[in-house]
Amino acid sequence: MATPLTIRVNEQTRSVAATPDTPLLYVLTDELRLQGPRFGCGLGQCGSCSVLVDGVETRSCVTALRAVQGKSVTTLEGLPAFYAKQKKLSQPPALHPLQQAIIEEQALQCGYCYNGMIVKGAELLSHTPRPTEAQIRSAMDGHLCRCGTYPRIMKAIQRASRAMAEVNK
Amino acid sequence: MSRPLVPRRDLLKGGGALVIGFSVAGTSFAQELSRSAGRALVAGPPDPRQIDTWIAVHADNTATMFIGFVELGQGTSALLQIAAEELDLDISQVSSVRLDTHVTPNQGATVASASIDRGGPQIRAAAAEARQALLTLAAKALNAPVEQLTVSKGVVSVIGSSTRSTKYGDLLGDRPFNIAFTGNAPQKPVGQYRVVGTNVPRRDLPDKVSGRYLYVQHVRLPNMLHGRIVRPRGQGAYADGAKVSSVDETSIQDIPGARVVRRHDFIGVVAPNEWDAVRAARQLKATWELPPSLPGDVGVYDQMRAARTIDTVIAERGDVAASLDRAAHVVGATYRAPYQAHAPFGPNCAVADAGSDPALVMCSTQSVYGTRDKVAVVLGLPANKVRVQYYEGAGTFGRSCFDDAAQAAAIMSQAVGRPVRVQFMRWDEHGWDNYGPAHLADVRAGVDAAGKIVAYEYHGWQHVWSTIETSEQLALGTRAAESADGTSRNLNKVTLGGMYDIPNVRLVNHRVPGVNGYLKASNLRSPLDVSFAFASEQTIDDLARSAGIDAVEFRRRNISDPRWLGVLDAVAKAADWTPRVAGSTASRANIVTGRGVALGTHLVSYGAAIAQIRVDKATGLIVATHMYGALDAGLAVNPAFVENQISGQLIQAASRMLKEEVRFNKTNVTSLDWNTYPILRFGEHPNVTPIVVQRPDARSTGAGEEVIAAAAAAIANAFFDATGARLREFPMTPARVKAALTRSNDGQRGDR
Repeated sequence: MATPLTIRVNEQTRSVAATPDTPLLYVLTDELRLQGPRFGCGLGQCGSCSVLVDGVETRSCVTALRAVQGKSVTTLEGLPAFYAKQKKLSQPPALHPLQQAIIEEQALQCGYCYNGMIVKGAELLSHTPRPTEAQIRSAMDGHLCRCGTYPRIMKAIQRASRAMAEVNK
Repeated sequence: MSRPLVPRRDLLKGGGALVIGFSVAGTSFAQELSRSAGRALVAGPPDPRQIDTWIAVHADNTATMFIGFVELGQGTSALLQIAAEELDLDISQVSSVRLDTHVTPNQGATVASASIDRGGPQIRAAAAEARQALLTLAAKALNAPVEQLTVSKGVVSVIGSSTRSTKYGDLLGDRPFNIAFTGNAPQKPVGQYRVVGTNVPRRDLPDKVSGRYLYVQHVRLPNMLHGRIVRPRGQGAYADGAKVSSVDETSIQDIPGARVVRRHDFIGVVAPNEWDAVRAARQLKATWELPPSLPGDVGVYDQMRAARTIDTVIAERGDVAASLDRAAHVVGATYRAPYQAHAPFGPNCAVADAGSDPALVMCSTQSVYGTRDKVAVVLGLPANKVRVQYYEGAGTFGRSCFDDAAQAAAIMSQAVGRPVRVQFMRWDEHGWDNYGPAHLADVRAGVDAAGKIVAYEYHGWQHVWSTIETSEQLALGTRAAESADGTSRNLNKVTLGGMYDIPNVRLVNHRVPGVNGYLKASNLRSPLDVSFAFASEQTIDDLARSAGIDAVEFRRRNISDPRWLGVLDAVAKAADWTPRVAGSTASRANIVTGRGVALGTHLVSYGAAIAQIRVDKATGLIVATHMYGALDAGLAVNPAFVENQISGQLIQAASRMLKEEVRFNKTNVTSLDWNTYPILRFGEHPNVTPIVVQRPDARSTGAGEEVIAAAAAAIANAFFDATGARLREFPMTPARVKAALTRSNDGQRGDR
């Protein structure tokens, strides 16, 4: 048996048994029992499994475990802390502003795609705090929603953007 | 050998043989378990004639409703609003439990937008009867007649004597009602509603946005193996199933713990590690007979027209032939609509423990009792020896592969003697779906000189629904079979011109035998209505144009039903519709815009939509820029939920009209993922304006499917308005757009 690999997920170092070629998704869901990233296509087409790797949205279903060695993985569960670090807040909020905005907009239907929607939206807001509608459309285009909630995700990202601007004041 | 299933209350303590191996996230789930504890020991359905089947009142002055409809993203918590209303409880005092064939009543499948339409009256009547019983107890306890009692938030007090009060929880706390459900208790008048008709927020959102929500894909059992099905990539003809030619089990021997499960033509693999199961399914050397018995996606329409069909006249009045002869203008055309996929965003998943007693299956079904029967067949057990629990998955929009996955998990679990979790891969779900069936239509209609529709004739060809799941077909050799005729499988006489006052009508349903030479099929959201409206509402627009009348005005002239007029006027107003004849502003420019209107429904409710689109003639690309949808679903119990449903239907209509088509060749389906079965993307989505036409005095009816057909047809009509060309086949892809524009130009040249 090979030596267990360690990965850094949501600011914690975790030792995992999976082989280095295992897609990160299966490590996160089966070994670490995280429920944010989830299987959608296994082909990198839909965004269901998205995580942030060093702050960059990445499809965990087509990313081998070895590719995230020495990097920092943030999942949906870790977004409030990711946001707190980015904004230099003394402690993480209960929810990332985008998660909060999605509740306020009552945006989702089944919600299965919202892991990717939130992770990608949070990435966008981290580098483009006041995105235009065109920027949101472009950034989010790789994330599919079968229930047809795109207009509400748009509104939620805009709402979160406004809420984050308030935090900075 | 079977072992007993641990009573559910023991699950809480984490002891016993069966521990649901996920972390019990949050308190809601634990509470839910305790509130259905004790009910889980007997196979259901529980007796619907007992009030205790429907409701339990707890010592903490809250109530649990036992509801037989599943949450599919539509907001079944609207049913709790109905319960809270009748019980005079605050909405925070009522909750429901997971659907479970050992716990919840059988209210039928969660289909046809029936949760509110069919389930609402049952829940309302049960809650009213429970309230009546509680007031009888209170009258005794407070020594006052029932007529002098008033209830607020479960506190019963004597009118004019506020110190004399008691609580539901004190009167009954966790004890059974032990009374019959007669349905005769008086119900609250609509005018006194304070919970129904308000926008109570969804309860599942905080958990869903934070990763705490337990989807079926998260469920794990101790000692469980991961399973994957192994089939050809993409189904062939339904009757053919997938006949195995060879399987080389040694081809996966290098994968730790992986093994093949084979039962006749059913092949699966299991492994302790999920990625190993995925690899094993991919690596297993298996070959199948792939007979060329399909017509291909282009040839399917000719095959349907040539089929020996079973013909039924769905509606007939007046004399269509004679009135067409006398009409001022007659229009007519043939329309084609493809197979389309449910394609849930997360492929179906099921966890089964066939060795427990009863056998346990956890999956994302639209009918726990229906799935129980199907699982019992493959396990060779009576239905009451199978327990099915509902865990939400991704939105399914009809019968996707949930029963197939449930059967596959049960078959594999029985074969290996351990719990098995089967996750369909993307190509399994896309390739082995029960698609919404293809449709072919011939339509003719006529209008008189005054702009009144005088005749309407519709011939429609399609096959009905497959009833045998593929896992069962392969494992047991069960012959492919189809459902009977029926609603949602035959022509819909409302969506097909039923909103208009037409004196001469003839609707003929040509049922195509769909077992040999066709794909598996089943109900896809608003079954067939998108196809029907695409043909019918373009015909109505053709009539309007031939009569030289604006499309909204033309419809107004031909409708007398105030509810159809209500949604038509509401949507026209929202879209700021100004009258002009469709296509009258079509120009020679390369980029053109257009707008279209259409009506439609599924069973009841009234849907109207307007689409605004942009067409690039050079590329053939259509972009829906703004969609408006008005829906009258009677009294909207939660108008915000209805708005969300309308918005979703507008987006999905654009997707189905512009992008979606199941492609297949002679041997198999080739639409196997999001590249080969594209859906509308974020960057392409239109703005949406949902309009809820609230009707407090009308019965609450479905809202999940009743505007998608109108929305789809509105896009088709907008295309004509933009270009002056008709597209009579969807999806309206760039290639088809360019071909239609070329035909139209040729036609105009020919006219000169």
